[in-house]
Amino acid sequence: MPDQTIADRVGQVYREDSRRILATLIRLLGDFDLAEEALHEAFFIAVERWQRDGVPDKPRAWLVSTGRFKAIDALRRRARFAASQPLLIAQLEALEQVEWSDEDVEDDRLRLIFTCCHPALAADAQVPLTLREVCDLTTEEIARAFLCAPATIAQRIVRAKAKIRDAKIPYQVPTLAELPERIDSVLRVIYLVFNEGYSASGGTELIREDLIREAIRLGRLLMELLPEPEVMGLLALMLLHESRRPARTSASGELIVLDEQDRSLWNAELIAEGCALIERALGMGRFGPYCLQAAIAAVHAEAATAQATDWPQIVGLYDVLLRAVPSPVIELNRAAAIARRDGPLAGLMLVDGILQRGELLDYHLAHSARAEFCRQLGRVEEARAAWGRALELTRLAPERRFIEERLRELDRLPSP
Amino acid sequence: MKYLCLVYSDEHLLHSLPESPKDEECLAYAEAVQGSGRMLAAEALESVQTATTVRMRNGKLSITDGPFAETKEQLAGFYLIDARDLNEAIQVAGKIPAARVGSVEVRPVRQLNP
Repeated sequence: MPDQTIADRVGQVYREDSRRILATLIRLLGDFDLAEEALHEAFFIAVERWQRDGVPDKPRAWLVSTGRFKAIDALRRRARFAASQPLLIAQLEALEQVEWSDEDVEDDRLRLIFTCCHPALAADAQVPLTLREVCDLTTEEIARAFLCAPATIAQRIVRAKAKIRDAKIPYQVPTLAELPERIDSVLRVIYLVFNEGYSASGGTELIREDLIREAIRLGRLLMELLPEPEVMGLLALMLLHESRRPARTSASGELIVLDEQDRSLWNAELIAEGCALIERALGMGRFGPYCLQAAIAAVHAEAATAQATDWPQIVGLYDVLLRAVPSPVIELNRAAAIARRDGPLAGLMLVDGILQRGELLDYHLAHSARAEFCRQLGRVEEARAAWGRALELTRLAPERRFIEERLRELDRLPSP
Repeated sequence: MKYLCLVYSDEHLLHSLPESPKDEECLAYAEAVQGSGRMLAAEALESVQTATTVRMRNGKLSITDGPFAETKEQLAGFYLIDARDLNEAIQVAGKIPAARVGSVEVRPVRQLNP
C-alpha cells in the first residue's frame, strides 16, 4: 500500500525529528508561534507532496525549507504589518539552501533550551516553556508535573513567548561568562523532564522512556558544553535512576519497590558510569544538591542486597541535602531513610510533623509513607486511612494497583 | 531596537552609600554609551520633591505636588538606547553606575501604529 507507507514515513520523521526541525525553524524565524505553524504546515504538505513526488533524499532539510517558505507566506498574509516584517521576509527569502549538519542541529537545540531558560523570563514560565518547546509535552502533562492547573501553565507559556517576542530576547547560547548563572534553570528543567519520564504523573504507563532518553541526552549535551560538578551530578543521578528501570516494574507493569527489586536486573554499565561521574564531581569540591542526590543513589546502587544498604550514610547525605535545599519532599525522603535506621516510629513522627505543618497534604507519597509506617507499627486502621488518602491522590494506574494491593493485604491480616 | 532603561533608587540612599556614583562617573558612562553608538538620550532627574503630577479628567486639568504615587524607590534618571536585542540592552543597563545602588527597569519601546 504505497499511500500507507508514505503516511507512515511522515509520521516516523515527525516522531524522530519534529523537535529538531522546530528548533531550527525558531532560529530562522525568531518566533516560536510562527515556527510551530510553519512546522505543522510543512508536515501537512509533506503527506501530499511526498506521495506525488516520492520521499526526498534529505527529508529534514526539505521540511525546514518548506516551513520557511510557508512562514514567508504567513507573514505576508498578516493584516497588521509591523515595521520589521518586510525586513524579516527579505532576510528569509535571501537565505541560501538550508544546510543540515549534525553540529548545527545540536547547537539549535541548545540555543532553544537556553532561550527558554533565559532569566528575563518569569521563573515559573521557564520550565513549562522548555517542556513545551524542547520536549513537546502537552500543557496537561506539564500541569500534572507541576501539580497545578493546565490553564495556569498555558497562561505562563503564552506570556513567556510574548516576552521573548516583544522584548526581543535573542536566540543564542550564553557566552562563557554568562554560562554559570544560566545553567541552573537548564538543570532544573532537565530534571523535571526526567522525573516526568521516570514516574509519570498520569496515564497507564509508569515510565515514559522517550522523556527519560530525552533528559539524559540533554544532560550529556550539557556535560560537553560545561563539565561542572552539578551538571555531572545531575547526569549521574539520572543514569543511576535509569539503571534500576528494568527492575522497577514487573512484566505485567506492576510497581516493584526498591526493597523488593531484583538487583541482578540493574544495569551495571549505567551504575559504573554514574558512580564514576559522581566521584569525579565530588572530587571537584564545589558540589550542590544534584551531586548529593546522586551520591544517595550511588549508595543504593552499590548495595548488593536491600539488607546491605548503608542507611546511616544515606541519612547523613540527606542531612546535608536538607540544609542545602529545605524542601518538604526531601524531608519526606529523609524520614523514610531515618525509619530504616531508627525504626518506623521515628519515621512516622517526622512525616506527621510535615503534614501537621500543612505541607504535602496532597502528595500521595507522603500518605503512602505514613501508611507503611503505621502498618509496621500494627496500627492497621490508620494505615488503611492513609492508603485510602494516597489512592485518592494518584491517577497513575500502576500506583493505584499497588496501593489497592496494600489495602487488600491489610484486609488479609488476622484480626487482633 | 529601542529600549528605555529607567533608573530607580531610594533617593535618601542614592548619593550616600559607599558604592554611590559621583557625577563624573555618571557623565563618563554616558559618554561611553554615546561612543558605542547606542545612545539616543539620557538624563539624570532632580529629586521627586520637585515633581508635579498632571492629570486631565472629564475635561478638567488636575495639578498636584509630588510624584504620581509614593513609592519606596523613585525614578532617578533614564537612558534611551538602541540595542540589537535584550541581552545587549541588559549589558548596557547593568553598567549604569546607579545600578549599583538602585534598580534599572529595561523596557522595549513600542512602535505606535500610524
